Amino acid sequence: MTFYALTLALAGVGIYGLLAKKNMLKKVLGLAILDHAVNLLLVAVGYRAGASPPILLAGDDPAAFVRGSVDPLPQALVLTSIVIGLGVTMLLVAMVLRLHQRYGTLDVDRMDRLKG
Amino acid sequence: MGTYIPVFVALPLLAGFACLLLKGPAPRATPWISVASMLGLLALAVGVRGDAGVSFAGGWGVRLSGDGAFVVGIALVLDGLSRLFLLLVAVVGTASAVYALRYLEPEPGLSLFHVLFNLLVAGMNGALLAGDLFNLYVFVEVASLASYGLVAYRTGGTEVEAAFKYLVLGTLASTAILLGITVLYAATGYLNMADLSGAIGRGGVPPVALLFASSLFVLGFGTKTAAMPFHAWLPDAHPSAPAPISAMLSGLLIKTLGIYALVRVLYVVVGIDENVRLVLTVLGCLSMWGGVLLAQAQDDLKRILAFHSVSQMGYVLVALGIGSWLGVAAALFHALNHALFKSALFLSAGSLERVTGTRRLSEMGGVFRRAPATSVGLVGACLSISGIPPFNGFWSKLLILIALASAGQYAVAVIAAGAALMTLVTFVKVQHKAVFGALPARLEGAREVPAAMYVPVLALVALCLLSGLLWPVGVDGLIGSAASAVRAPADERPAASVYVETVHGRPTR
Repeated sequence: MTFYALTLALAGVGIYGLLAKKNMLKKVLGLAILDHAVNLLLVAVGYRAGASPPILLAGDDPAAFVRGSVDPLPQALVLTSIVIGLGVTMLLVAMVLRLHQRYGTLDVDRMDRLKG
Repeated sequence: MGTYIPVFVALPLLAGFACLLLKGPAPRATPWISVASMLGLLALAVGVRGDAGVSFAGGWGVRLSGDGAFVVGIALVLDGLSRLFLLLVAVVGTASAVYALRYLEPEPGLSLFHVLFNLLVAGMNGALLAGDLFNLYVFVEVASLASYGLVAYRTGGTEVEAAFKYLVLGTLASTAILLGITVLYAATGYLNMADLSGAIGRGGVPPVALLFASSLFVLGFGTKTAAMPFHAWLPDAHPSAPAPISAMLSGLLIKTLGIYALVRVLYVVVGIDENVRLVLTVLGCLSMWGGVLLAQAQDDLKRILAFHSVSQMGYVLVALGIGSWLGVAAALFHALNHALFKSALFLSAGSLERVTGTRRLSEMGGVFRRAPATSVGLVGACLSISGIPPFNGFWSKLLILIALASAGQYAVAVIAAGAALMTLVTFVKVQHKAVFGALPARLEGAREVPAAMYVPVLALVALCLLSGLLWPVGVDGLIGSAASAVRAPADERPAASVYVETVHGRPTR
């Protein structure tokens, strides 16, 4: 339970960075922190205290493996989610780079030409 | 049964990679690859027979029977609801691909544009067919990432800024969706949507977890729909994209990632309760009026259209808030109609920009004689969105009002009718300023756009008219089977059991 609360607190840190910071790179970092907070939560959901890593070796008994290992599915999901997060972060950084070339600043307030 | 289902995702995916490979040797071929892949999808979507089917990715899937029956494997599920949206994606995608042939000049980035275009379609089709929540999330991200790139295609300051804003809000929405999926997985141990809905139906999930997950899904998919408090990205992102992409984003993306996903997850998986329905109604009312009022202040034609997308999605959300079979049917009918007329409008706006050299309404005017085909297309689409009979927009708005009245929500019906009136006012102004009136001296030399640009618009407008005139003949079967996949007409059995039967291939009891 403590761990769940901590991941949600981390998500709060990410959302704070995203909303409160004017520097685009800090917004990107906030988004990445938020992303990883959810990933951590997902891993924590599959965790069982004292269980073995979910690696099935030749000769292992499948039934004993199912009883004794952590849930492997969230780990597979997190891998996918990390890859997606990487793609998103790369695209964001590329856009920040382009905007910096164009306006010479990273401050969102000093380039805002759009009106919502 | 169902062996053709993966083709809906594989075909645009392969076409996208083909465009990437041909970037060097034959960049001129890439627009035609997009057209070919869209025509293939159109043939497939029209030709699909039979009610429903399941296909397992890689042919690997196990159905475990017994009391706690569940499915192992990556399932792609085609039912009435998916088929309606697959057809829409194919129709609007074909029109946009043909339009892009002449709209986009041959330029170095053109091949990459078509890579992203095909990825966008593959992501949308994948989201429509995904049988489990996590694959829904992955395909939503594939389509979203492609759309972020396409919004920034022109790489000017405004475009990249709009794309940055869109990306940040879109990723925030995706994170909410992933968090919702995590909550449901932690509570049930299932990801497959049929198994989840079975587990939730058996009542083993604490109500607070369901409420938390529903809120996260409304936040996430609501942002993808651009419902009113979460709409801030849309009026910047949609006008910044090139016209065919504006048509794809406003016509399709907010429906496949937004409305479809909301219907699928809230109605079929979680099971919609009164609180969530009330939230949808409130979001819908806000969007209807907020979108239409903010549109009044705009002079940029594409921004007006973008704000009206927010407004029109409001009608769909209000209809989804009713919760009856009629409400769902009306919502889906309006989503179908909006896809047709809004993509026609955005393509017309692109043509008008080509004819007049501006997107500002105040600088347009009187091009009816100079560009008759473009003008007819724009006027037809305007009549459709303002709800003039016999165009389709009239019938779906009427159906929404009937559904609201029959559910006793008279106040909401009045709000919706008022917003419809405001829409009419805006579009009378738009068509008057854009194509009628006096021709400015600056536009003496204006010429009609090439046929490849006005034919798709006229075809979409013809479909608007056909869907308005013939909806008792063909359209109601399509809408009816889509709505029945979500809600049983007489409520004689739980809504979700139809979907569970589709996935498990037999009655669950």
